[in-house]
Order: sequence, then C-alpha cells, then structure tokens
Amino acid sequence: MTRSEQAGDLLYRRPISVWWWTRKRTYFLFVMRELSSLFIAWLVLYLLLLIRAVGRGEAAYADFLDRASSPWLVALNLVAFAFVILHTVTWFSLTPQAMVVSLRGRRVPGAVIIGAQYAGLAVVSAFVYWLVTR
Amino acid sequence: MDDQISLRVTRYRPDKDLEPSWQDYDVPLREEWTVLDALNHVKSDLDTTLAFRWSCRMGICGSCGMNVEGEPRLTCATFLSDYAPGPVRVEPLGNFPIARDLVVDIEDFMEKLPRVKPWIIRDEEQSVDDGEYLQTPEELDAYKQFSMCINCMLCYAACPVYGLDPDFVGPAAIALAERYDLDSRDQGARERLDVLIEHEGVYGCTFVGECTRVCPKHVDPAGAIQRYKLKAAQQSIKAFLLPRALQS
Repeated sequence: MTRSEQAGDLLYRRPISVWWWTRKRTYFLFVMRELSSLFIAWLVLYLLLLIRAVGRGEAAYADFLDRASSPWLVALNLVAFAFVILHTVTWFSLTPQAMVVSLRGRRVPGAVIIGAQYAGLAVVSAFVYWLVTR
Repeated sequence: MDDQISLRVTRYRPDKDLEPSWQDYDVPLREEWTVLDALNHVKSDLDTTLAFRWSCRMGICGSCGMNVEGEPRLTCATFLSDYAPGPVRVEPLGNFPIARDLVVDIEDFMEKLPRVKPWIIRDEEQSVDDGEYLQTPEELDAYKQFSMCINCMLCYAACPVYGLDPDFVGPAAIALAERYDLDSRDQGARERLDVLIEHEGVYGCTFVGECTRVCPKHVDPAGAIQRYKLKAAQQSIKAFLLPRALQS
C-alpha cells in the first residue's frame, strides 16, 4: 500500500446535511433565489393562459377572470409575486459583479448599473401600463 | 471584560478516533490576541498534541484558515474579543477532509490549481535580450484585484457547490485563470477556456456568492466566474454567427 492510500484511509470526510442551506442566511437567500425561477415559470405560463383566453373571445376571458379570483389562485399568485420581487432585486444587485461596463476608458460604478436596470424596468412598466389603460 | 475565554476546538487523531470530537481549552482573553494566538498559547502551555497550520501571522501566507463559529476565516486576522464571552468554536476548514485536529487535506486543491494554467502563456517567448514585457498602469489594474489571492482556500470552505460536488474546479482556481486571462502579457486564454467550459468548470457555479463574502483579500472569485461565463457565452455565439471571422 502506498503512503497516500494509507493517508486516504485515515482522513475524515464530514457528511453534508440535506439542510445545509438553513445554516446561514446567505445560503438560505441563495436557495430562495434559485426556487424563485419555478414561480417565474408559473407566471409565464399564467400569462400565456391569459393570452390564450383573450384570443378565444369574451366568454373564455370572463371564464379566466372567474377562475383567477379563486382564493387558492390569488394566494398562489401573491406568493409567486413575492418571489418575482426577490428574483428581480437579487439578480439586479448581482449584475455589476458579472458585467464590467466601461465608458470612455473608465469603469462604470456598480450602483449606476443597478440603477440603470431599475430605470429600464420603470420604463417598460410605464409602457405596459399605458398600453393597457389607453 | 472577563479575563478568560473558552476555545472549543475540533480534535481528530486519525490513529485513535473514528470521528472528530470537541475539546475545550480556557485561554486568556486579551484584546490584542487573535484566534491563532490563542491556539499557539494552547500548543505551548496547555496541550502540545494539538495540530494546526500557520506560518506568517499577518494574512499573507494563507495557511491558518479555519472555520471560526462556522465561518471560514484566517485565524491570524480574527480577534478573540469579537467572540466574547465565548465559547469560540474552532473547526478545520469546511468541505475538506480532516487529516488531524485542525489540519485539512488540501491535495484536491493542489491538483486543481495547475489545471487552469495560472502562469503567463506566450505563443512565442520573446528573448531576454529584448527586455521585459511592458505594461501600463491601466493594464495592471485590469487584473490586479484577482492577483491578490493567497490560496488560503476559505472560498472552497464557503462554497456549497464544491461541498456537494468535489469535482467543481472551484472559486480560487477560476479567479486565478481570470487573473492571467486579463493580463496584457498573456496569450493563453484559449487554453484555459478549454478547461473551464467543461461541466466542472465555470458552469458548475450557481453564483451563491459566498466565496466573495469570505475572501480576506477582496478578490471577488464569484465575479470572476460570472465574467468567465459571459466571455464563454460570447465566444460560443461568435463562433456560431461568424465562424470564418474567428478562424482568420
């Protein structure tokens, strides 16, 4: 037996608990951020269902609205909305780490990149609001 | 302030123990003492059998990383008084196998580090007579942050991805790859990309960001990894859209 094999036998490998992500606030937030993508997927599906209902005419749309007001669906969508906010805020704040933006040879500060994303979100939201209410 | 604080230290004697256990030591609580000073006090005055790694005592060598109260820290830069009244839990760095007491086996990291070729690669080495490779201050700034890594492995201890999948190349190695990629004297980006776009390379990372939070040198390995992903993705899109442009 070689020395490294002997050493390997004597090493102690600590087991990792299934609940490792509850040990630290940052780990927990990370897992919630990952989980938020499921709720994003649900809201995309929900939007597609809404568009389909609109496409099928007034009766289908009224039917969709009727189902949308059920307490279960309202509760689910509220939870989903909370996760969407978490998703947006956490990813926006991570962007400057992943992207280095330079303007005229100078590095743009992280706060500006984050601010630009919120500004972009505000512009798109305002456009959608105008589209729906005009 | 009490004049004593209790250190709760992991003990593991590979020839005797099947698993680690705790041992408590009472040490003087001095304002200027770090956790490493307390361990050295234990070693010299209380129990000579305690094993741990250390060298420089000033955050340069990267040897004294341990988990203090569950957080990966350089023990030479972690003050006892911040944990008063105690006890202070001191464990071996997380995610690495324990060799003895507070000493972990770093074989895996030592094997991974050279895989990303963290040295300057040139297509053609210029002769010594031609002088040194010159660099502007801006070119130095481009990679300086990533060159501060001292290989202390705190980022590996903090990374849940590495804990769950030990094949992951890991934060420090990828940050070092980025350090050489961003160096104006280097021409080895292509070679490193081949290693890092594999499944266990950058795409293993899910951007937990804990590596950056625990880094004592503010290297930001998480940032380096995400930039690498962006670069790799841009490369793939370019190769798909402009296959001929890349060949020339």
